[in-house]
Amino acid sequence: MNRLNRRTFIKTGIGAGGVVVFGAAIRRGDRAASVKSLVASDNESLFDIWLKISPDNTVTAIIPHSEMGQGVHTSLAMMLADELDADWSSVTVQEAPAISEYANYALARGYTIGDTEFPAWLIDSVNGFYFQATRMIGVQQTGGSLSVRTTGQIAMRTIGAAARGVLLQAAADEMQVPVEDLVAQNSVITHPATARTATYAQLAPAAAKKTIPDKPTLKDSSELRVMGTSPQRLDVPAKVDGSAKYGIDAALPNMKYAAIRGAPVIGAKVQSVDESSIQDMPGIRKVISLGDAVAVVADGYWQAHQAIGRLEIEFSGGANDRNQTGIFEQFSTDLDRSAAANNVKIDFVAGNASRAMAKAATTVTAEYRVPFLAHATMEPMNCTAWVHDGKCELWLGTQDPLGFARKTARAIGFDSDDVIVHNQYLGGGFGRRSLSDYAEQAAQIAAQVHYPVKLIWSREEDTRHDHYRQACISRFRGGLDGDGEAIAWHNHYVNKHDPWKATRIPYAIGNQRIVHTVSRTPVPWGIWRSVDHSLHAFFTESFIDEMAVATGRDSYQYRRDLLAGAPRFTAVLDLAARKAGWDEPLPKYFGRGISIHKSFGTIVAQVAEVEVRDGNPRVHRVVCAVDAGFAIHPDGLIAQMESGIAYGLTAALHGEISIRQGAVEQSNFHDYPMLRMNEAPAIETFIINSGESLGGAGEPGTPPIAPAVTNAIFDATGIRIRELPIRKNNLRSEQHHDEL
Amino acid sequence: MLRLNINGTLHDIDVDPETPLLWVIRDYAGLTGTKYGCGMALCGACTVHLDGAPIRSCVTPASAAVGRTITTIEGINKGRDGLHPVQQAWIDEQVPQCGYCQSGQIMSAAALLEHNVAPTDTEIDTAMAGNICSCGTYPRIRKGIKRAALTINALADDAVSDE
Repeated sequence: MNRLNRRTFIKTGIGAGGVVVFGAAIRRGDRAASVKSLVASDNESLFDIWLKISPDNTVTAIIPHSEMGQGVHTSLAMMLADELDADWSSVTVQEAPAISEYANYALARGYTIGDTEFPAWLIDSVNGFYFQATRMIGVQQTGGSLSVRTTGQIAMRTIGAAARGVLLQAAADEMQVPVEDLVAQNSVITHPATARTATYAQLAPAAAKKTIPDKPTLKDSSELRVMGTSPQRLDVPAKVDGSAKYGIDAALPNMKYAAIRGAPVIGAKVQSVDESSIQDMPGIRKVISLGDAVAVVADGYWQAHQAIGRLEIEFSGGANDRNQTGIFEQFSTDLDRSAAANNVKIDFVAGNASRAMAKAATTVTAEYRVPFLAHATMEPMNCTAWVHDGKCELWLGTQDPLGFARKTARAIGFDSDDVIVHNQYLGGGFGRRSLSDYAEQAAQIAAQVHYPVKLIWSREEDTRHDHYRQACISRFRGGLDGDGEAIAWHNHYVNKHDPWKATRIPYAIGNQRIVHTVSRTPVPWGIWRSVDHSLHAFFTESFIDEMAVATGRDSYQYRRDLLAGAPRFTAVLDLAARKAGWDEPLPKYFGRGISIHKSFGTIVAQVAEVEVRDGNPRVHRVVCAVDAGFAIHPDGLIAQMESGIAYGLTAALHGEISIRQGAVEQSNFHDYPMLRMNEAPAIETFIINSGESLGGAGEPGTPPIAPAVTNAIFDATGIRIRELPIRKNNLRSEQHHDEL
Repeated sequence: MLRLNINGTLHDIDVDPETPLLWVIRDYAGLTGTKYGCGMALCGACTVHLDGAPIRSCVTPASAAVGRTITTIEGINKGRDGLHPVQQAWIDEQVPQCGYCQSGQIMSAAALLEHNVAPTDTEIDTAMAGNICSCGTYPRIRKGIKRAALTINALADDAVSDE
């Protein structure tokens, strides 16, 4: 394989001539020494801070990311093992401690080297000197579908290659032969001419004393042995026998339990607590007001849960005059006013959309709405905290251990260094576990007692005190010329969050104007799987479908024509359409819909087959094509597409958080329904390894599914869905009326 | 004091008899593979077997389990050489993602296969519709159940031919 191909594979564009320069990953200095006591025992050899080799020849990758089912522990270890030429069967992982050495400088580095579509929290953190800034800010985030394409590409592969280099040097010293005559394979170095061998473990103590190269050459794609294969995930065995430990499973001597009730009205405060209402209940230790919530600490969780339910608490204030309809009316009014006053914020402009629109032979308009959404992780928020000896220890699942340490420290008046985070498996993340409210509460409770406390939110608390995916209204106007060609695209919506390119379309429409207006609500919002892409893909891929309909053309061919200058998009779209059998006839009551969207560097197209009978939609089949550049773990990428589709389908079919008198109306899975087995479609995923820059995996499967399904419903019924969830729409079709 | 038989071990537990079995299993017996998800029998994360039948332990008073046999994920392979066929199928199909719901999924699937060794898709839907997976591993759960069914049938055939 030649160098050109390698550069294509690594396309982060660093260095020249195929030699990849990663000065940031392998820094000089003694940081390995400073962290060694935390991550390695005396007889283990540590290479930089990412890799250790044990006397039994086990290779351990030290992973600075949370495992929440996306398989990151496995895929990052694969990247390290491949470059190291390690024996995969003796590779293991260890999650990095929450210390600043493991902050996300690799993420920051990824941004500064010009990769696209990094989220705002990252961009904010890397202004100025990326490493110093990130280190000071102390982010150790797992999110933005970034782990493989930043930590993996930059830290894991580099240290694997660098350690392989010094192991070879150590072998050359030991055997008194030139390095070029040695072969590294399966954690053993061989000198074929003399049939001598040495294991990595035998060589590691000497190798670790050498200066590791800061410009190791990475493998080209023809040399890969582990990347691009699908070994079984390292975390799966513990997840089938009940031994996997999540935050909620923490157990400490003398631990007590806390249940909590937050102010139901957003922004309300605790006015009074009548402890006499629970004084006869057994096992109660303490009632603690946290200002906007009250906790009961008891010997057992059930006792605490019962007591918090009976405790008389008076809350006051907050946004108790806010209702769901009022929030959407505000969005609508703010859109009207800002459009009339031309007081909008510009996302993107190309050509002159207004002038083109004025010349258009036909204009198409539509307004779409989506509601707030909860994350609904299966493991409710929880944290075990123990304040002792001037330290605060936390056991929990978090997507940002270092950030949680900092924020929790601030909440209880500690130094960040005195908060120790023990991260566990996450029973779902989806962005929710990036926000530290539950950890801060647990620490505040534990600071008032002399024993460890496990705080568990009830499902009701979890549903009502989420940081929701934002609700939104988005308006479109499209212009078609006399030949039906799209000449203008105008989009105006409320409340831009993140990533900033989420509203962009891949289509060659010369005149575009994409703008937004800020219309604040008191409802707390947060990062929700694929963030702004989750709503804007529904809007843009619905509207392009409406434009296709207006021209009377096939929605796949219409997209294809507008993607003529974008071969990567075309390839993904074509693959999905072909595998779905786009032109094949469907049974009565069935429809087919297509969508394509790029997010987090990955292009995904989906074709949904939906049956609508008696007004009830049933998604039978989804065909998904994905180009993430190169699939490090193809089965893992497939699993993430399946997961992203299910998560997006839950939202499209069912998901709605609504506000009534300032409070969230929903509470549990009966009124916040989730996709279940009997609704789950068959999913077929097909991968394109284009060799372009690596894209993410965890999020890009989610955005295209809602429009694929609603476009299919249109195909089946002639009913255009402009408001999610789908269940709010009457799907009793006129189109098939005579057939019923 | 309640005497509970969990995975073949007797536990004498001093707890309010109305306490849901879930919290007794987790916090008093120390078996944390069984999970809390909703507290209202809506999600299935807390599924265990009571005398072999799947129940939602989050709404079952501990007193209702006295004198009966409780099996949790930690005990489902008891008496077997290695994993239960459903557990093995879950590894072979790489079913779990976050994994939090999977103990409940496995307990529901194992109970289904206990009385139906060749479930149809509709029967799988019915048996598994009470177990939510927010990671959306449903297609792999379905494959896992079918794979485990084949294993169970093959084991049964072996047992017959051994006789």
